[in-house]
Amino acid sequence: MGVGHIKVGTASSRFAAWIASGFILVAIFLPFVAGRSLLQDLFFIFSMLVLTQWWNLLAGYGGLVSVGQQAFVGIGAYAMFGSVILGNVDPVVSILIAGFAAFVLSVPTAFLAFRLHGAYFAIGTWVIAEVMRLGVAQWKAVGGGTGTSLPRSATRDMWFVDGISVLFDVKTSAARDILAYWLSLFLMVTTIAVIYWFLRTRRGLALFAVRDNSQAAQSVGINDFISKLIVYFMAAFGTGLAGGLIYLQKARISPDSAFSVLDWTAYVIFIVVIGGIGTLEGPIVGVLVFFLLQSLLSDFGSWYLMTLGVIGIAVMLFAPKGLWGLFTERTGMELFPTRRQLVIPEKET
Amino acid sequence: MLKLVKMCKSFGAVCVADEISFEVSKGQALGVIGPNGAGKSTLFNLITGNLPPDRGYIGFEEQDITRLPPMKRVRMGIGRSFQIPQPFHRMTVFENLMVAAAFGRGLSEAEVIDDCVSILEQTEMVPRANVLAGQLSLLERKRLELARALATEPKLLLLDEIAGGLTEGECQKLIATIRGIHRTGVTIVWIEHVLHALTSVVDRLLVLDFGRVIGIGDPMSIMASKEVKEIYLGIDV
Ligand SMILES: Nc1ncnc2c1ncn2[C@@H]1O[C@H](COP(=O)(O)OP(=O)(O)O)[C@@H](O)[C@H]1O
Ligand SMILES: [Mg+2]
Repeated sequence: MGVGHIKVGTASSRFAAWIASGFILVAIFLPFVAGRSLLQDLFFIFSMLVLTQWWNLLAGYGGLVSVGQQAFVGIGAYAMFGSVILGNVDPVVSILIAGFAAFVLSVPTAFLAFRLHGAYFAIGTWVIAEVMRLGVAQWKAVGGGTGTSLPRSATRDMWFVDGISVLFDVKTSAARDILAYWLSLFLMVTTIAVIYWFLRTRRGLALFAVRDNSQAAQSVGINDFISKLIVYFMAAFGTGLAGGLIYLQKARISPDSAFSVLDWTAYVIFIVVIGGIGTLEGPIVGVLVFFLLQSLLSDFGSWYLMTLGVIGIAVMLFAPKGLWGLFTERTGMELFPTRRQLVIPEKET
Repeated sequence: MLKLVKMCKSFGAVCVADEISFEVSKGQALGVIGPNGAGKSTLFNLITGNLPPDRGYIGFEEQDITRLPPMKRVRMGIGRSFQIPQPFHRMTVFENLMVAAAFGRGLSEAEVIDDCVSILEQTEMVPRANVLAGQLSLLERKRLELARALATEPKLLLLDEIAGGLTEGECQKLIATIRGIHRTGVTIVWIEHVLHALTSVVDRLLVLDFGRVIGIGDPMSIMASKEVKEIYLGIDV
């Protein structure tokens, strides 16, 4: 018999688990009642949430502040297009190829970027993404610099689309939206589950230690390089999957949009910062706020971007732990606790 | 067990380790003294691999470890505490020990719980187990340094000024704890200014000044030597 055991869950996290299960259930059946535009909005929210969770794992937990995640969105998207157009692969399967392509790309980029530290790492990741964008623009088979669309035949014959259009009695274009919505829901839920699982493994514990003090981490036997590398690879794979899915839904691609630093990194950083960096809850809060702001302000063009900038700076100055940080400081609530609490049973006297 | 041969390290023009050579055999306890800035902590950083040497050789248990990274040395059994405590401040005391035990020994979290609890008991940190390390007092941080080093299950334990600032009573407790660790067969190298604490545990003393070993031997004769009195104690003889 052991003398103690570990407890991780809290009352609020058990409550949150129930709420989350309820939410997932509702979300699965939503297409039966919801209109197309709501599903498209949710697709946007879920796919941004996937990107922000991976960036948050990188920067918030791993200390790797990348401004080049668009490299993995872009390469994932292009791998998806390439395998559909050139390889006649089903688009749904090609999303997996997108993830693997991004992972494969992350091996040489890790080799380059990990030689750089801090601000140089950030700039390095951005430069890599720019080089990728310029490189892909030379790829004529997928439209070169101007881009291309997914062939009609591919999207029409896509797996599940027929079934969905019969089941819901809708046109194939609407059926495609439903499929994309479900895939984004699935990807979002698995992303959060995988990251949460990872943080609760011993590798996750090592990541916390490296974040707090990398010298001390080395002095207790942790390889900080390996720790960061694992996170970098995971983030690349997940970001690539999201890239593939996002462009499956868009069905049209160009190098400038797929490798857009504004869409796939700047907005992502904004979301994580206002929500709360280094927590799983932060990006969820952040993406909702971001969506609201976008719906309210996107008609105002450059005013919209300036407002985002001002809000971002205000949060950084007055609530550096983000909105979720403010909330959790007051309530002590955590939806995804990772703290290993030691419980020692009272000794018999 | 530990063997240093002509270890050299300079920061710019300042030489902080000047051809340092000595050996510590298994089960021994060696005390290290010397004025501030003599290069004592640097010596530890060379032994643990936190700093690369300019020249020289370090062997541990007959193996050349001169070029091994710190984490490999920990796995081999070299544990250390830092003079300025370096806790994982956003982790709890217990998590600090658990991560050290799991990675220092290559075990799973579940496998190290019981050992971490015994170390908490040994270092009297049980009531603080679930407190964030960043919230500890300085004394508690020093105790955490010792506890975390023990969690890696070292064969060679390097202690860097863990008794500084303790009251007499606390110091006696610490001495008892370290004696207990030594009795279990752990080899110890201990840097300390509190001489009576040191001499009540160690078999030998090493005196460092300006990066050079100016004396090594049994505590009585070292303390009596003219050089040590002049340089270290600042007494005119
Ligand atoms: N990383 C470093 N870079 C430059 N100088 C250093 C570094 N670490 C220590 N020193 C210098 O080396 C000398 C020895 O330091 P240290 O080993 O900490 O001495 P001690 O522990 O004996 O007080 C000091 O003058 C210190 O300022
Ligand atoms: Mg020192």
